[in-house]
Amino acid sequence: MNSAVIGANENIASHENYLSSGWNWRSWLLTLDHKRIGILYVVSITLLFGIGGAAAALIRLDLLTPHSQLVSIETYNKLFTMHGVIMVWFFLIPSIPATLGNFLIPMMVGARDLAFPRLNLLSWYLFVFGALFTIYALLSGGDDTGWTMYAPYSTSFSTSHVFAVATGVFIAGFSSILTGLNFIVTVHEMRAPGMTWFRLPLFIWAMYATSLILVLATPVLAMTLMLMGIERTFGIGVFDPGLGGDPLLFQHLFWFYSHPAVYIMVVPAMGVASEIISCFCRNPVFGYRFMAYAILAIAAFGFVVWGHHMFVSGQSAYAGTVFSLLTFLVSVPSAIKVFNWTATLYKAHVSFEAPMLYALGFVGLFTIGGLTGLFLASLGLDEQLHDTYFVVAHFHYIMVGAAVMAFFGGIHFWWPKITGRMYPEGWARFCAILTFIGFNLTFFPQFILGYLGMPRRYPDYPPEFQVWNVLSSAGSSLLVFGYVLPLAYLLWSLKYGAKAPANPWDAKGLEWQTESPPPTENFHTTPIVTEEAYAYRTESAHG
Amino acid sequence: MDALPFFPVRASTIGGPIDDLYFAWLILSGVVALAVAVLIVWFAIRYRRGSPASRAIADAATHARTMHHIEITWTIVPMALFLGMFVWSAEVYYDAVRVPKDALPIYVVAKQWMWHAEHPAGEREINELHVPLNRPVVLVMTSQDVIHSLSIPDFRIKQDVLPGRYTTLSFTANRPGEYRLYCTQFCGTSHSNMVGRVLVMEPVAYEEWLSAHANVPTMASRGERRYRELGCDGCHGAQAAVHAPKLEGLFGRPVPLRDGRTVLADERFIRAAVLLPNQDVPAGYEASMPSFRGQIGEEELLEIIEYVKSKGNATPEVLP
Repeated sequence: MNSAVIGANENIASHENYLSSGWNWRSWLLTLDHKRIGILYVVSITLLFGIGGAAAALIRLDLLTPHSQLVSIETYNKLFTMHGVIMVWFFLIPSIPATLGNFLIPMMVGARDLAFPRLNLLSWYLFVFGALFTIYALLSGGDDTGWTMYAPYSTSFSTSHVFAVATGVFIAGFSSILTGLNFIVTVHEMRAPGMTWFRLPLFIWAMYATSLILVLATPVLAMTLMLMGIERTFGIGVFDPGLGGDPLLFQHLFWFYSHPAVYIMVVPAMGVASEIISCFCRNPVFGYRFMAYAILAIAAFGFVVWGHHMFVSGQSAYAGTVFSLLTFLVSVPSAIKVFNWTATLYKAHVSFEAPMLYALGFVGLFTIGGLTGLFLASLGLDEQLHDTYFVVAHFHYIMVGAAVMAFFGGIHFWWPKITGRMYPEGWARFCAILTFIGFNLTFFPQFILGYLGMPRRYPDYPPEFQVWNVLSSAGSSLLVFGYVLPLAYLLWSLKYGAKAPANPWDAKGLEWQTESPPPTENFHTTPIVTEEAYAYRTESAHG
Repeated sequence: MDALPFFPVRASTIGGPIDDLYFAWLILSGVVALAVAVLIVWFAIRYRRGSPASRAIADAATHARTMHHIEITWTIVPMALFLGMFVWSAEVYYDAVRVPKDALPIYVVAKQWMWHAEHPAGEREINELHVPLNRPVVLVMTSQDVIHSLSIPDFRIKQDVLPGRYTTLSFTANRPGEYRLYCTQFCGTSHSNMVGRVLVMEPVAYEEWLSAHANVPTMASRGERRYRELGCDGCHGAQAAVHAPKLEGLFGRPVPLRDGRTVLADERFIRAAVLLPNQDVPAGYEASMPSFRGQIGEEELLEIIEYVKSKGNATPEVLP
């Protein structure tokens, strides 16, 4: 955007940066630097991803046989609950916002830090506290309700550690709210001179929309969990009909949060993909304004479609009809985004570094995930598909396939900026492709299983479903390598990777106009923005 | 069943329309996914960095206008398609959930972790459901504990079963045989063992199966016995001196209430009248009935409903 940020007289070779400014524990655990807090989050969620992933691996191993042999059915129920709770609340929700968002938002808008650095550190502590609480509850006895914790099973019947797990999630929710608040204020108030709303990178638009959802939806989750805890602990009837409550009320409240939560996971991924695709196409994102509006539309519509999780719940047929219609409408902006990413390749100068492979993989998996969502939004068809493996496959395509693909793409793309080192390109390309293949092999068979009627959360299943389950488990073993290898070579690159220049991809965002790694204050002088986002076309050198 | 099943058996009348929807989406989404994939691969090859393909674009104004038209096109076209699919799927759904007037009721009580079914003629079965071929059936379902969900994939149907209320699931089986029945709402430890089978029988075989249990009292007669044991006829009986609503011809009729509303006397109404009698008091009566909450099991309540039904004749058309 503005190449004059790095002054010609500055000595880039020997600059102080945010990493070199201290390595004792205080400099990390009490840091107010958004970049260091971003890294604290990376370390935390990587550990949590490991725990959630290990649970998934055990689930897939157990499903190799129609009769649960590896673990007891009680343990199986606790494993899928652990997998869901950890992955949703302690990996996917914070994944891109708390790591890349934390690191990049101030840099992309040309600010020195987030609006409230101390609040930012508090967010991380709340997150860690909630995570430790939850992990302790999950490991010390476990919770067998599923991450959805439907009442009255969760309130009046389960004898597992429901309350403790809910408390952990409740605490972590405040981390989400504070982070969202911080991002919103930063985007409103801290933009550099010349950085108008329609010059913002789409990543910022995505983070802004995500933050709105975090602030508006998370309190509803907190209230729901609190009501659940009150009913479970004191027997005050809210959800359990035996106590005079309404079990559907729980589902309405739960999905009022949890449907928008899906957009908390995938909208940031859309932002990351837009940055990467544009950069490696050397083309502005096609239909920039439509993309920004589509992001906002998705965030807004996301709040009024929760009832599509409840078509067979006993909700009235008329309510179901309205929710179905609204769900089809929310899919329009998602479709627009896919078309726009595709069109960005038109008359471009495409190159295929690992981040681009990840981003293209994201588009592919998001397309499949989105299209299969239309099956589920169709009232009559959902009767067959609801609570089967079709649903499992669909939401994994969106929340894991697409969102994690984009997260890895983003980590690779900004790795040189974050660490000052280049990652090994060959390994990274290999892992991008491996992840894409492994993911499809794992989850595509589940669509078929779903239409055949295999219910989710079944450790024991009919023998005719075994072949598809074995295929799925085989795919998941590839996926393990796709997800674990990057950890190895990225750590390796910290010591042995080539030193990264300020702008290895010749990219346009403000974050690339400062050194790698950036100085503590991000920019030596406040940048002044004079161009639109993604002004790649104005260069004439490419042909 | 074959080694690598791709597609479930179709054994109910709603199966066809739902499969049509499924195939329509498969084709539509297949075309879109393929188009996106082909375009991405084609652009990626043709416009790879360093390729000789021309990147020249028209002047800025024309380019902006073209882009705008493209954006509008791919907003409107999917929206129109989605709305069309919405209308179609809603029609299929309404067909699926509308209970035919002459449907044979079967009562289902779900509990951790079994399915208990009771036929009006009196048969009771566990984790099995015998139904006649080519005859509309409606399952009137409730749960004794947590939320369950009754799913019969080969019929393409599913409905959650809730504690404290009735939900219905109707179907017409049109292929004799044995089909799997699952609980699809996570209900605790043995959720995956809360499975059973549905047996679709030729009408003759079904009659034989029914008559094999001819000595079992009907649901209505069991309901009547319980009705008398609880002393209901002291007020609701034909000779009772107390001013209470009579049950003759009640079922399926609209009932005007004291507060001015009118409700249909269906299963839900009777259930509420027994457990929460002061909630919907009929017009012209005092709220003087005691609640029978805690004194009556789910199965007994269904038997009493069947008894009330036996004293009336209209079956309401239910839309859950």
